[in-house]
Amino acid sequence: MQRYSALGLVTQAVRHNENWQRVWRNPTPKKHYDIIVVGGGGHGLATAYYLAKLHGVTNVAVVEKGYLGGGNTGRNTTIVRSNYLWDEAAHLYEHAMKLWEGLSQDLNYNVMFSQRGVLNLGHTLQDMRDIQRRVNANRLNGIDSEVLDTKQVQELVPIMDCSANSRYPILGASWQPRAGVARHDAVAWGYARAADALGVDLLQQTEVVDMIIEEGAVKGVRTERYGDLYADRVGCVVAGNSGVLAKMAGFKLPLESHPLQALVSQPIKPVLDTVVMSNHVHGYVSQSDKGDLVIGAGIDSYNGYGQRGSFPTIEHTLQAIIELFPIFSRVRMNRQWGGIVDTCPDACPIISKTPVRNLFFNCGWGTGGFKATTGSGHVFAASLAKGEMHPLAEPFSMFRFHSGALVDEHGAAGVAH
Amino acid sequence: MLHIYCPHCGEYREEDEFHYKGQAHIARPLDPEACSDQEWGEYLYFRDNPRGDHREVWFHATGCRKFFNVVRNTLTYEIRESYLIGTQPKGDAPLGAADS
Amino acid sequence: MSQPNRLNSGGRIDRDRPISFKWRGKTLTGFEGDTLASALLANGVSTVARSFKYSRPRGIVAAGAEEPNAIMQLGATQATQIPNVRATQQALYEGLVAAPTSGWPSLRFDLMGLVGKIAGSAMPPGFYYKTFMYPKTFWMTYEKFIRRAAGFGRAPKKPDPDQYDKVNQHCDVLVVGGGPAGLMAAFTAASSGARVILADEQEEMGGQLLSSHETIDGQIGANWVKAVLERLASMNDVILLPRATVNGYHDHNFLTIHERLTDHINVQSGSVRQRLHRVRAKWVILATGAHERPLVFGNNDLPGCMLCSAVSTYINRYAVVPGQRLVVMTSNDSGYQAAIDWHQAGREVVAVVDTREGVQGDLVNAARARGITIFQGSGIIDVKGRRHVQSVEIAKIDAERHRVVGGSQQLLCDTVASSGGWSPVVHLSCHTGRRPEWSQDALGFVPAPTKEPMVAAGAVTGCTSTADAMKQGRDAALKIVEALSLMSADVAIPETESREQSPGMAVFHIPHTKPTSRAPKQFVDFQNDVTAAAIEISCSEGFESIEHVKRYTALGFGTDQGKLGNINGLAIAAAAQQKSIPEVGTTMFRPNYTPVSFGAMAGRDCGALFDPIRYTAMHAWHARQGAMFEDVGQWKRPWYFPKGRESMADAVNRECVATRESVGILDASTLGKIDIQGPGAREFLGRVYTNAWAKLAPGRCRYGLMCGEDGMVFDDGVTSCLGEQHFLMTTTTGGAARVLEWLEFYHQTEWPDLELYMTSVTDQWATMTISGPNSRQLLAKITDIDLSADSFRYMDWKPGVVAGVPARIFRISFTGELSFEVNVQANYGLHVWEALFEAGAEFNLTPYGTETMHVLRAEKGFIIAGQDTDGSITPYDLGMDWAVSPNKPFSFIGKRGMARADCVRADRKQWVGIKTKDPSIVLPEGAQGVFDPNAPIPMPMVGHITSSYWSANLGRSIAQGFVKGGLSKLGEAVYYPLADGSVVEAEICSPVFIDPEGERQHV
Repeated sequence: MQRYSALGLVTQAVRHNENWQRVWRNPTPKKHYDIIVVGGGGHGLATAYYLAKLHGVTNVAVVEKGYLGGGNTGRNTTIVRSNYLWDEAAHLYEHAMKLWEGLSQDLNYNVMFSQRGVLNLGHTLQDMRDIQRRVNANRLNGIDSEVLDTKQVQELVPIMDCSANSRYPILGASWQPRAGVARHDAVAWGYARAADALGVDLLQQTEVVDMIIEEGAVKGVRTERYGDLYADRVGCVVAGNSGVLAKMAGFKLPLESHPLQALVSQPIKPVLDTVVMSNHVHGYVSQSDKGDLVIGAGIDSYNGYGQRGSFPTIEHTLQAIIELFPIFSRVRMNRQWGGIVDTCPDACPIISKTPVRNLFFNCGWGTGGFKATTGSGHVFAASLAKGEMHPLAEPFSMFRFHSGALVDEHGAAGVAH
Repeated sequence: MLHIYCPHCGEYREEDEFHYKGQAHIARPLDPEACSDQEWGEYLYFRDNPRGDHREVWFHATGCRKFFNVVRNTLTYEIRESYLIGTQPKGDAPLGAADS
Repeated sequence: MSQPNRLNSGGRIDRDRPISFKWRGKTLTGFEGDTLASALLANGVSTVARSFKYSRPRGIVAAGAEEPNAIMQLGATQATQIPNVRATQQALYEGLVAAPTSGWPSLRFDLMGLVGKIAGSAMPPGFYYKTFMYPKTFWMTYEKFIRRAAGFGRAPKKPDPDQYDKVNQHCDVLVVGGGPAGLMAAFTAASSGARVILADEQEEMGGQLLSSHETIDGQIGANWVKAVLERLASMNDVILLPRATVNGYHDHNFLTIHERLTDHINVQSGSVRQRLHRVRAKWVILATGAHERPLVFGNNDLPGCMLCSAVSTYINRYAVVPGQRLVVMTSNDSGYQAAIDWHQAGREVVAVVDTREGVQGDLVNAARARGITIFQGSGIIDVKGRRHVQSVEIAKIDAERHRVVGGSQQLLCDTVASSGGWSPVVHLSCHTGRRPEWSQDALGFVPAPTKEPMVAAGAVTGCTSTADAMKQGRDAALKIVEALSLMSADVAIPETESREQSPGMAVFHIPHTKPTSRAPKQFVDFQNDVTAAAIEISCSEGFESIEHVKRYTALGFGTDQGKLGNINGLAIAAAAQQKSIPEVGTTMFRPNYTPVSFGAMAGRDCGALFDPIRYTAMHAWHARQGAMFEDVGQWKRPWYFPKGRESMADAVNRECVATRESVGILDASTLGKIDIQGPGAREFLGRVYTNAWAKLAPGRCRYGLMCGEDGMVFDDGVTSCLGEQHFLMTTTTGGAARVLEWLEFYHQTEWPDLELYMTSVTDQWATMTISGPNSRQLLAKITDIDLSADSFRYMDWKPGVVAGVPARIFRISFTGELSFEVNVQANYGLHVWEALFEAGAEFNLTPYGTETMHVLRAEKGFIIAGQDTDGSITPYDLGMDWAVSPNKPFSFIGKRGMARADCVRADRKQWVGIKTKDPSIVLPEGAQGVFDPNAPIPMPMVGHITSSYWSANLGRSIAQGFVKGGLSKLGEAVYYPLADGSVVEAEICSPVFIDPEGERQHV
């Protein structure tokens, strides 16, 4: 792998940038792999990378129906935080956070992880109770988290309307300083490049059309482009299509796929240095390094695979943004888009064995998948390598929906974005 | 924004008058006590979630406050028909995963 | 001289109405009818921006929505700033203040430009992914500088003084675009009786006809436009919307039109600035036209390089010739028009450089007839000049093999106009998820066939003549008229000039003598400084999918969303991979077509109208008393009633003590109230509540818990039996709407056989809870109802008269005190409330708010659903087994759920009382408990505090919360490590702190 550095840029510049190496191969697939990861988004690529790097499993293929990082990885609002309420979720997301903190160096690819802090605003007394509860739990779980009052919030975000006469005044916030944003595409590309360098085959434009299952065990996947690809174990990480793949394997998942929309403004000079999220007025916003205000909308209520939602959702989101930031009213919205989020009834993921032997699923991240990319890939790789679930993944079995052992993150944590 | 025909009102109305209530034709088990945890869990949480035609329940929340069913394609968002609770859709179009 | 580039005659500007405006602090003059761009060009302004990455000087390229460079900061005051306004779409008005959005310290001497020159080649696509990584902690510092350099304009510093409207529209046909096709379509449809909306993004309708000398029915095109518009305006059911951009095409033919009402004039702020039309159209005619594509060649970004069509538009529409000496490069006939127009304006056309050989069209011949030099089979391979075009280098090229095949020569000029053909404006057709299709005839993407009721007409389909566009417009309308079963009007196609054309050439990227990587920079996307070389590098690095190319190079990510550059970029990426353009495919277009103010998207639903505010009938009284309010759902509820400068704690303590010692009163009107009637009502209650309802007699009340099918508590309240088949249910304030919908769902979808009817009556009643030992004496003063303990028992209700108005009185208690809840018709609420205070003076009747209500109920150990529950709590977890009747014949909602394996674990978190060892410490709600405070982080947590207060009645703190297995640990210790580092020791106890036997309420 060609090592990237400032010096490298200069050296290449002198050579007219003609000697940059390919970041990944276009490999000819083998007939048999130790492990096939279905889904070339951030989570799938991270899984492949950690399989090769930490578990020595390099006979791995990532099978992607479109292009790498083209699903939710490239469509989210890039927020990374770990201030989840319940132990199970908090430990998983904090595990991810620790991996984020060294990711650029680990991958030799700058994923621009910017730890600028995330504010979760409280607008009602109950919001504040929930914030206290979550912050206290975070602290005892070793996650940096504080409760801020209105004045402290105003100091952090001077342009926000923190006055008492707004419709739902800001009563305070939780604050996670280590949280922030990262460059979403770079995460997918960085993992892909590093995985490829370790020997992983990245098969793009290769749609899985069926699962090959014999005697209750998965044997591989059927693809349109390359026919049958065999593997000892198959891991599916296909946000937005989990239900479709599960159906191929003959079982249902406790998931619904919904549109989730986002939008950006035109680029403006820096005005917002943190990430601001408000569950109560339903909006969240950060400002990208390019200057765009990156704004997440609420989830659309209906099932939808169209990568688009309904207009009123966007209207409500911008109402919330102006409610929080009246000075943004004359800023202009440039573009909106949508992703497909697989939501679980408890707003927590499924990282699990399935009714089919040797077939594993990692899905159901809902609106919170990007921030978990590192940790999700890490524990899923360990689970696939060993055939047994990693301890951090265990609480997220799909079978919890039978026993009732849910990890309800929208009930109390409120903000599950 | 979806344009939904309410079979009770006999009119197309805007999506924001309605609430979405998920997959249709999920009957509450008549004898819940006879269900295993697994069966109860499946009734509660497991859904077809098809990419394609989907039978689903909508509620005309700021209209007639009646529930009804809709066959809608989850990929194109095209609505094939609206029909009353307790009835089956008329269309003989293949219903994808919702049928299986 | 002012306006050196202005012609003395012609154009659609009004020379009698000069307009002065400010650019970079200098006052300039233009005319009514100008855009900011045409006025700047008239004044000879060349550099209007610095580019994003290399800080190269940039000038105006286009005349419309596709302009990538002229991105301005507008606004005279801090509150009315508008960032990133495209000068080509901004009408000039008196007093307009504009400034560039880039360049430091100034546009002319930009220091970053120096950096760009020196380090530019070390900034290949994605360079930022390859550096700034070491040392690890430095990214945040690098980022600060990168952020500062990025962004164009700036947000205002003060809130927006203007208003934004919304209007819902319905029509038979929405025609998008007021050019020849759109006008014909609208006229035909309207003449046939259809309800039509015609929207066009420009200041005036007419499209390309306003920018050319082409004649229609023997007159100049603009006259025809005027006549058609007059006739349309005179028709019923036609809405004409100029300055109105159709920005989004959503599902089921829902479109949004962004109409600008005051952006083109100087008005007092505070008016309605913009209006968003939300249109449900039966049919849509897409007549959005096409954008001209520039060609990609060396240094093609120097100010002075423009689109051919823009040159024609500036000359013909605005009477501005942006230079003296023009060189045109074109791959199709339309480029010749710019040369002809320039020549007609009396300036010198140095040459037309045509990439084709042997061309013979009418326009070509017209140019020849004017003596204009034409170089065929040639291209401009490089442009020279420091801050503006000074000359071009042209050479024979082999476009097919992408190479220069002859020697080059210099041509002196100050303006370069290029045309690489036309890209249909397909954006809207893609918004609902359809990818456009490549048309080899049009050499562009055209809208894909659709099942939706939409027809495309005019240049958007790839047609290039006015006659064809008009015919398509008319035919599109006739098709729709037929589908709508209207009588089609007989509309003739006007006579237009017919023109012989030779076919255009599929060329996008002009070769240079050097390979692309070493040639002068050839720009594809001006705004993001994406060059042809960058696209080639990106492909060679493995970013081959067009989405990867786009994301890696930032192609098309600008505020123009790649209107100029996308197709050229695509073609270069395809060539780099030896693929065809359709094989590479296109990226998707998404709303908005052009940027829209947040304010316009939000409309009026901001500030006070962000969410409706609900007030109770007694609100004015509370406000007069100086109550502090709490937001509960949409309601404003009194939180506490401070007297004078009393602190919150003092007020709440006073209210608590007064209530327990004498009598207090709470406005409880916000609780949800649902009237349930019918023969099936009683059975229904038994199914939706966890406890039994079969035997509740008329005149009696009962508390009930509601669970979901998962067995988790989600609401609670008292339901009263008004008659054998008639009940009044109360719900929590926040849960009222959700509960009603949930009840209706079960009734309509599961148990339609139960005959019952449900109606929300929350707003119809005012509810006041009188609580305390003196409540009976107080109420007795103003009611005829016998309140004696024997005849009016606890959990009874009675109708009667209170303060002269009909009332229902419920003897229920949320405080543990003797309590009466008086319900009267809402409009009598204030009257009764005031009558109670009149009567209550002798008892020191004390109003209390939600905070005191919370304290009093906590003293008594009552839960608040939503505060003490969170969706993961069963009735058994709450210790409320008494509220569950598992032996009811029907398996009530929640019964099966709460029997699941995980719900019957002995070590579940259970709701208990918590007494701090130090009675003066009030635990924070949300504090997390542990059994071992010395355990290392992560510390095993055993449950959190849900309710915690200072109890003035008990003279100590009280709390409730969850503790793992808590119900079997009464008397044991639990510890609360707090954020300040302290650890509070507490004892697990019963959640009932006052009067566990219920003696106080049974009097």
